Amino acid sequence: MNSQILILVLVLVADISSALGVVYTRHQSRLLAVELGALEARQDEGLAEWSRLQIEQGWLADASQIEKTARGVLKMQQPDTTQILVVRP
Amino acid sequence: MLLIFMLCSVALIARAVNLQVMETDFLQGQGKARYLREVTIASTRGVITDRNGEPLAVSTPVDSVWLHPGQVLEYPENIKPLAALLNANAEEIERKLTQRSGKEFVWLRRRLNPDVADKIRALNLPGVNLQKEYRRFYPAGEVTAHVIGFTNIDDVGQEGLELAYDSWLAGSPGSKRVIKDRKGQTVEEVELIKESVPGSDLHLTIDKRLQYLAYRELKSAVLKHGARSGSVVVLDVNTGEVLAMVNQPSYNPNDPGHDTDGMRNRAVTDVVEPGSVMKPIAITSVLENGVAKPDSPIETSPGYTVISGHTIRDHNNYGLLDTTGVLTKSSNVGVTKLALQLEPEKMWDTYSRFGFGEATGTGFPGESAGVLRNYRRWRRLEQATISYGYGISATPLQLAQAYATIANGGKLRQPTFIQGSNNPPISAVDPGIANAVAKMLETVTSKAGTGSRARVTNYRIAGKTGTSHKASASGYAAARYVSSFAGFGPASNPRLVCVVVVNDPTGDEYYGGLVAAPLFSEVMTGAMRILNIPPDDYHSMLVDTDDEIISAGGD
Repeated sequence: MNSQILILVLVLVADISSALGVVYTRHQSRLLAVELGALEARQDEGLAEWSRLQIEQGWLADASQIEKTARGVLKMQQPDTTQILVVRP
Repeated sequence: MLLIFMLCSVALIARAVNLQVMETDFLQGQGKARYLREVTIASTRGVITDRNGEPLAVSTPVDSVWLHPGQVLEYPENIKPLAALLNANAEEIERKLTQRSGKEFVWLRRRLNPDVADKIRALNLPGVNLQKEYRRFYPAGEVTAHVIGFTNIDDVGQEGLELAYDSWLAGSPGSKRVIKDRKGQTVEEVELIKESVPGSDLHLTIDKRLQYLAYRELKSAVLKHGARSGSVVVLDVNTGEVLAMVNQPSYNPNDPGHDTDGMRNRAVTDVVEPGSVMKPIAITSVLENGVAKPDSPIETSPGYTVISGHTIRDHNNYGLLDTTGVLTKSSNVGVTKLALQLEPEKMWDTYSRFGFGEATGTGFPGESAGVLRNYRRWRRLEQATISYGYGISATPLQLAQAYATIANGGKLRQPTFIQGSNNPPISAVDPGIANAVAKMLETVTSKAGTGSRARVTNYRIAGKTGTSHKASASGYAAARYVSSFAGFGPASNPRLVCVVVVNDPTGDEYYGGLVAAPLFSEVMTGAMRILNIPPDDYHSMLVDTDDEIISAGGD
């Protein structure tokens, strides 16, 4: 009889602790899911930023912009062929 | 022991009753706040880059605002501040919502400016939602507009390569079922319904620098000559890769509008009667079939000849020429006399081996095949006109393909826009004959030739001018022309082919040698510099590194 009660108590304890364990891991998994969501959002934000920077660079480094600055602001000019020498290596 | 059990049971039952009966409202409210939702996982459209990895089309997320009509109409006073932010009419929005009050989703405004989207988000009104969408940007704008095309508001390709490679670029959005709490945070992902597949990037053979150069020069030439339209195509001789393809008029792909005339990629979709730029093809046939050699004499006096009652004229009476001279001077009479010695079938065969009458196979939407009628239906006069480029039509890209074949020792490579395409060389013409024609074409840019203005300092250029009357409803229009130049260089080891077509120049100058040839020269000069292509005889230009450089660089 005594041993039966002992087993019953043990099983009960195991049951309750397992239930608590489930509650705990479930809670953990939700916390992690929230964190994952936040990280994914950050990744999306990073990718979005990257695409915006690519576009911005594409615009700023556009040949027409460079040419405008080179000729207009920096007063540069293209050397004509008489000004070009080919150096013997 | 039993007592503990019973107490526990009673406690449990009491709690159950409490939850099920007493707190139903609270719990059901909680339940509504956190239920299963299906959310889409957006997939980004692939980036289109040029051959050096420069982005030419990039998608970036923007916010669009949509409304839940029922929820918004519960608080109609919220519509006003929302409308104010969007510069919209509040009454109109309300009317729209009332009409669709049975629905759950109505777009209010798509692709908002980021600052407006932030303000709407800050208002935090019930039933007003922001949805992330992708918008495509084209940093090079009108310069690459025709080749790349554009996408519609749902990011689906509408024109150009965006359309041709839509499924490759698009990817497919996925979806997942999640549990969200009342703050909208995802607390648990229940299941992945469909995985999101991001679109693939597309690497073009276009060189953005060449593209810009060609566009700038074409635009200024079209403006200068008051032309209706124009195209420039630059191909890599050895690979068939399209390095640049530009047209006028163009449009802004970031805001396409509805001007469909400017949207056509004329270099691929529009055909022209090429005129004299076809003569090298006829001469190739003449050489192939042994009718004449490059130095065989041919009498073009008195500067005209009559075929089937029609007079074919030269600009001047060039007298006795040789076959090379027929090309140098662009003599219609000379090429007619030579071509008429060919069997129509043989001549047709040469033309079709150069790819005329057949689409080049780039897969570009709306590509035209041009017209090369079957030789069985050629009359004598037709055979004569086809030899100098009338009664046949081709796209600028087809002309570039044909000239690349001459430049490439007779091997035709299908033009391609995509890096790593499978376009093996096809032997179209005997190498010896292709090289002979290439050599003859070099004389065109000599002082005596019609294309002297196509010359590029320090580089030997082979090519051919063309000026053709535009066909109109009432036959050939007297004062409307297509001015063209097709050529390649450096002649000793051809690397680039360039075809220039200027449509309907209205100024005093309309000859290919005066309109198209200088444009060709500008584009090729810049292209040689950008691609670092050595001049033909750079060995003779070499200087030793001594003070000569300093004196030359001084000044």
